[in-house]
Formats: sequence, structure tokens, C-alpha cells
Amino acid sequence: MLTFSSFGAIAAQDDQPTDDEVNTIAKQLYCPVCENVPLDVCGTRACAQWRASIREKLAAGWNPEQIKQYFSEQYGVRVLAEPPTKGFNNLFWALPPIVTIVGWFLVLRFIHSIRHKQPAARQPVKTQRDAEEYAARLEDELAQWR
Amino acid sequence: MEVTQTTSGNSVTRLEARRTAQRRWVHLAVWGLFLALMMLMGIKLYRVKLGPVSAGTAPNFTLTTFAGESHTLSDYTGQIIVINFWASWCAPCALEAADLEQAWRDYRKRGVMFLGIDYVDTESEALAYLEKWNVTYPNGPDLRTAISQAYRIKGVPETYIIGQDGVIVGSIIGPIDYTKLSATLDKLLNQ
Repeated sequence: MLTFSSFGAIAAQDDQPTDDEVNTIAKQLYCPVCENVPLDVCGTRACAQWRASIREKLAAGWNPEQIKQYFSEQYGVRVLAEPPTKGFNNLFWALPPIVTIVGWFLVLRFIHSIRHKQPAARQPVKTQRDAEEYAARLEDELAQWR
Repeated sequence: MEVTQTTSGNSVTRLEARRTAQRRWVHLAVWGLFLALMMLMGIKLYRVKLGPVSAGTAPNFTLTTFAGESHTLSDYTGQIIVINFWASWCAPCALEAADLEQAWRDYRKRGVMFLGIDYVDTESEALAYLEKWNVTYPNGPDLRTAISQAYRIKGVPETYIIGQDGVIVGSIIGPIDYTKLSATLDKLLNQ
């Protein structure tokens, strides 16, 4: 009798999703009431209700993607920690690498310009060819003003 | 010799002109991107600073109630409408629930419409709340928080009173009581 009851208890426990399973999904959601606090660590009553809702859905056999989809349909995509990669949301994904690339480009250009400006400023025209090129350029530019 | 020099001079000048133009485009693109980002942030901050909608035409919306009925605000033009944002997890909302229900029962005969908008809530808890307070006026979830965003609510509870012409005549942040609500409704009905 005892053996049966203990098996029954284990079987009932197995049907219930664990806190870890609930928190794995909750970690990927943000409640709009408590901005910037992930659902798994949020202590408000609203967040506790959301976690209970995740638990219910897991127990009903929903998978994490279905649960996240439900929450985004119900409360908007802003509840997702990772915005979906479509439409205007692409900007959130594209902007950081674009800004990084542009930033590096500007830094490299700046370094390049410093390196190439210094010798030019210090070294006067040395060779005959340089002098000829310089004279030609000067003539050319003066001709534009005449 | 002179011709060669002029040709080489021209190509150098052209190369420099091209480089200058390229540099100008890069600068323009970087500044454009920066300004676009600043504008986006500015718009967002401006909206936050504006606070809840408190005047002008009430933003239109369609509310699908928990019972599945559809209510569009513009369909009630010519009637006074009370819109109440609430949530089951919100303790101050419970303070006004009975007063709102009483006002609905008293004023519906005089053509006043009440709409309850459930903000960021779970359906089971919301239904339990409505049952607990015996709320009978139409109530539904704020799907994707579209309505609360249109009204720029700061939290719950918030109540908006809309006149017969569709213009917001009052907004109350925090719990509302029967006396305050009935005074506003009487004033509007007697106009």
C-alpha cells in the first residue's frame, strides 16, 4: 500500500514542471509593469501570475516556443528578451554591428590620416619628379583661377 | 613635356576631388545615421514626457471582451463613455471596483457606457477578479498593450471620461470613488 502511494506521489510530481523549467522560459520574458527586470527574478504579483501561467502551459504540454509566442501575442513583442528578427525589429539586430563597423572605420581612418600627414608635413619635396608634379599641379590649379 | 605634366597634374587633381567627394559622403552617412538615432530617442523621450492623454479626441480602439464581444469606441459617439484600466494584481484597483460597478448600474439607464480594460494580466486571474467584485460591464484584455499605449497610461488604475463628442473630458490617475465619478457624469449629462 505504502509502495503504491509513494509511486503515485512520484508520478504526480513528474507531471508538474519544475521551477528550473519555468524559469528557463521566464528568463526570456520581461513583464511591461516591471521594466528591465527579467520575469524569473521579478518579485511583483503580476510576474508571479505570469510564472504560474507558464507553469500551467508547460503542464498542458506547450513547448517553450509556443509559450513565448502566446505571451508576445497577448502582451506585445516588447515582453520578449530577444525581439523577433522581422520588420522594424531587424534594426535592433543590425544597428550594433553597423555602429561597431562604422566606429572602427572612423578610428582606422583617423589613425591612417595621422600617420600619413606627419611625414608629409616634415619632409619637403625631395626628388626632381616630385618637384615637377608639384609644379604641374600648381600650374593647373592657378590656371583654374585665371 | 609640358603636356605630360599638365595631364599628370589633372589626374592628381581629379583623384583628390574624388577622394574629397568620397569623404563627404562618408561624413554625410555617419551624421545621417547619428541624427536618425537621436531623432528616434527624442521621439521616445517626448512621448514619455507627454504623460497620459488628458485632452483632445480619445484614441479609438476595439476591445474584445472576455466573453468574445467586440466594442469599438467610435461606435459610442453621442454617448458618455467611462474607460477604466485595471489589473487583477493591482491592489488599488480593488478599492474602486465596487464603486465603478455601482456607477455602471446607476448610469447605464442614462446612456453612459462603461468599458473595462484589463492591463497585462492573466485571463484566469482577471476572470476571478471580475467574479469577486461582481463586475457586469464589458471587460476585456488589452491585447499587445495597444490600448494602454495609445492612452499612454502610467499604471493602473486609470480612468478616462469621454464626452458625447468623443473628446476626453477627464482622466483620473489612481482609484476613483463613486462621489467623484457621479459628480462628473451628472455635470456632463446636464449640459
